[in-house]
Amino acid sequence: MTTANQSAIERYRNNFLKEVEANVEEGHMVKMCMQCGVCAGSCPLGNAWEHSPQKIFMMIRAGKRDEVLGSDSMFMCTSCYNCIVRCPRQLPITHIMHGLANYAHRLNLAPKGQPTRDFATLFWNNAIKKGRVNELTLTLRHYFRGGLVSGIKEALGMQSIGLGLFLAKRLNPMEIFGGHGVKDLKGFHAIIAKAKEIEDRKKGFTA
Amino acid sequence: MADNKYAAYICSGCGIGDAMKVPQLEAIAKKEGKMAIVKSHPFLCNAEGVQTIRDDIANEAVTHVCIAACSRRSKTEAFQFDGVAMSRANLREGVLWVVAAGKDHDEVRQEMAADYVRMGCAELKKMTQPAGNVKESSSKRILVVGGGMSGMTAALEIAETGYEAVLVEKTGALGGMTAQLWKRQPFKEPYAAAQETGVAEMAAKIAANPKIKLHLNSTIAETSGAPGRFVIHIAQESGTVTEETVGAIVQATGFTTYDMAKLPELGGGQPNVVDQAGLEALAKTANGGAIKRADGKEVKSVVFVQCAGQRDDTGTHLSYCSGHCCGTSIKQANYFKDQNPDIDTAIVYQDLRVPGMGEDFYRGAQEKGVTFTKGKASKVTGGDSCSVTFKDLILDEENTIAADLVVLATGQVPNAGVDLEAWNPVVTAADGGDAAAKVARDEMKTISILNLNYRQGPDMPQFKHGFADSHFICFPYETRRTGIYAAGPVRRPMDILQATDDATGAALKAIQAVESVAVGRAAHPRSGDLSFPTARLEGCTQCKRCTVECPFGAIDEDERRFPVFNEERCRRCGTCMGACPVRVISFENYSCDTVGSQVKAVEVPEEDEEKPRILVLACENDAYPALDMAGMARLTHSAFVRVIPVRCLGSVNTIWITDALNAGYDGVMMMGCKKGDDYQCHFVKGSELAHYRMSKIGDTLTQLGLEPERVQTQEVAITDNARVVKLINDYVAELEKLGPSPMKGFG
Repeated sequence: MTTANQSAIERYRNNFLKEVEANVEEGHMVKMCMQCGVCAGSCPLGNAWEHSPQKIFMMIRAGKRDEVLGSDSMFMCTSCYNCIVRCPRQLPITHIMHGLANYAHRLNLAPKGQPTRDFATLFWNNAIKKGRVNELTLTLRHYFRGGLVSGIKEALGMQSIGLGLFLAKRLNPMEIFGGHGVKDLKGFHAIIAKAKEIEDRKKGFTA
Repeated sequence: MADNKYAAYICSGCGIGDAMKVPQLEAIAKKEGKMAIVKSHPFLCNAEGVQTIRDDIANEAVTHVCIAACSRRSKTEAFQFDGVAMSRANLREGVLWVVAAGKDHDEVRQEMAADYVRMGCAELKKMTQPAGNVKESSSKRILVVGGGMSGMTAALEIAETGYEAVLVEKTGALGGMTAQLWKRQPFKEPYAAAQETGVAEMAAKIAANPKIKLHLNSTIAETSGAPGRFVIHIAQESGTVTEETVGAIVQATGFTTYDMAKLPELGGGQPNVVDQAGLEALAKTANGGAIKRADGKEVKSVVFVQCAGQRDDTGTHLSYCSGHCCGTSIKQANYFKDQNPDIDTAIVYQDLRVPGMGEDFYRGAQEKGVTFTKGKASKVTGGDSCSVTFKDLILDEENTIAADLVVLATGQVPNAGVDLEAWNPVVTAADGGDAAAKVARDEMKTISILNLNYRQGPDMPQFKHGFADSHFICFPYETRRTGIYAAGPVRRPMDILQATDDATGAALKAIQAVESVAVGRAAHPRSGDLSFPTARLEGCTQCKRCTVECPFGAIDEDERRFPVFNEERCRRCGTCMGACPVRVISFENYSCDTVGSQVKAVEVPEEDEEKPRILVLACENDAYPALDMAGMARLTHSAFVRVIPVRCLGSVNTIWITDALNAGYDGVMMMGCKKGDDYQCHFVKGSELAHYRMSKIGDTLTQLGLEPERVQTQEVAITDNARVVKLINDYVAELEKLGPSPMKGFG
């Protein structure tokens, strides 16, 4: 059997669809898409996407696992909810997009260096540390994501805004040493750990 | 005729009396119209007004009534007097409402009203009230040809309504295509799962019904006669011929599936590539278990290819959509999923079309995990591992799917018998002695279904794509053969649910036909019309125009080539009357004279008065209502037109045009229905024939020294109320530019 035949066998089967259904938030609705294209036409950032939601759903049904999980389209969603409002089949498209992004990220198949993915990772790691976002360390980490030189350049570019925030008492330089946390930090960490455990169990992640 | 007494009643209500001088109209009716009784009334359609007319009919022996009030389309219930001939002068919609208000227009308005009174009186003089031709022995039995779902439904509906049905089926069992199915698409709430076909129950009901006479293994050897007196020769396979007399016919001869062998590129003829009927057979064999291929292997993956050999724009295959196939493929994918949810089922469609409640069924299949993909298949190969290559139209790329089995959704090809357009030239050649044509004719005759002995050919005419005739836009069951109704997929592609609805409708139409014909009434579209055409044969030149042009095949020819009118087949459109060059064909209440006398009754002003006169001959089905509605909407047009409603533009005899031009009219405008493939003509060909006839008179006009623009033919739809006003005003302006007719003053 040739390679072409081999790939044909995997095409348009339910295997990847079933994987999505089991592991992606609202993934069970993907099969209900009727390919009308209203979501693609409604998306305000449609031009910026490589694949519209309509295409993503068709790719899932066509069994294109690598292309879907490697796509950066899901990360481009701004959660405007236009598609959800307009979908005649009532697919929760925004939620599915976030679900797919999350799944691709956890499998580490999502595109490396994707800005939304990187910033979301940064934000999450920052937020769970103390139970609240440390704006100073978050912005600094963000500026220095590309190295020392570009970080200094970016930080200097923002210095007047930083100074303004400081004078208005909206920015405390002492936060750089870790900052303050929520009242019951231990309890907070326990909640996050439990939530992660439940999610992993539901979505079949062992780690 | 000595007993005829004519009376005219002029209504001054609805503002007619304020805008027009009614006493002057009365004087015209009396003096010029020569009416024995002339009365006016301020509210003619109220009980008192109507009673005045009734009293005169009862006490004064009035036989003919001219009502000068509103349009003939208004107050028809109030102005209904049995046994009395009636004409209507349209003073309200035709004058009051369409002529601009105000003193400046008083003169032309009054002239218009006066002319309509003259016309109403003139028409009345030439009319006789038709009595109708009651036929005591008329048969009310109904023949149903074809024992599939449509035919069985029609027969049962006929029987349950209390009429007798004769059901003829070619094969040895009832059920047709439906009997070949494992299950049918859902037709009841919640439209989620395929349902039993119900064929066995229906067949049992038919067998048990004493009102249904069943002929299995039988075909129609000959159909002769007309509605109410069709004589059917039913030939059994064994060779015996039975004769049945019926009043009407429902043709439910269904369809054949498009031959897969014509689709080699889609794997037609290769192993493990089947059509939808083929899959039904596999499902029936499986009987609810795992579906196996012909080679015995259990099917684990299946691909359905929609529109196989359909919606083809290259002209090679069917150009139309058969309507049922998307739903059928969804149903068949369910066969697999219901048996084993792990079987991979993909449907490659171009546009998923699931009419009616099919959308629920579609959603149900999606929930079960049937993969739907929008694409166009270019290549299918059969064999142990089949493959479907197609262009995915969403992903915009070529793809190939492998499968154990491929199902092609081929379309429906109607079993409509002989194509008359091919038949007629062959018969003409055969009659001329051509030996090859004789062989061709006899061969064509073998596929005939009805074997009518009409001069127009052995089956009903065909509509688009070889489907049986249908007045598709307005009256779907009507064919051009009166009393013969097509139902089910022979008429247009459809699924079982649509076919059962269709058969029920056709059964009701057939009942209407047998009831109408028994009392001499027209069934359609002039329902209830008691008039029918007669010909003065002593004046006939045997030119055959009436027999050829009758859209309904109502006229045969005798040995001497004189026309033989079959009243029961006639729709009363008057196309024969319009065709007749020697004007020997007429109806009692509609003839060359009834219209001709109206044309002549109009007072045509002298040239120097600068008041042109334009005759408008308006089809009463669409154009005349449109003109009435222009009045209702108070759209105004020129008061120089005089409108005469005609039954159909096909009934317009050129003598009326000649009469009008001779009388000094400046122009003639004809308004008929849309013609061509998407015709809206109630009589199918009338409008087209009128356009054709008028295209021939340009030379004659030129010879007479008249401009061809003086005769115009327009297509008008019933919704065109604003357009008719514009057409009239533009035409009046055009004629004013042209100047007065040179014929004025010679009439």
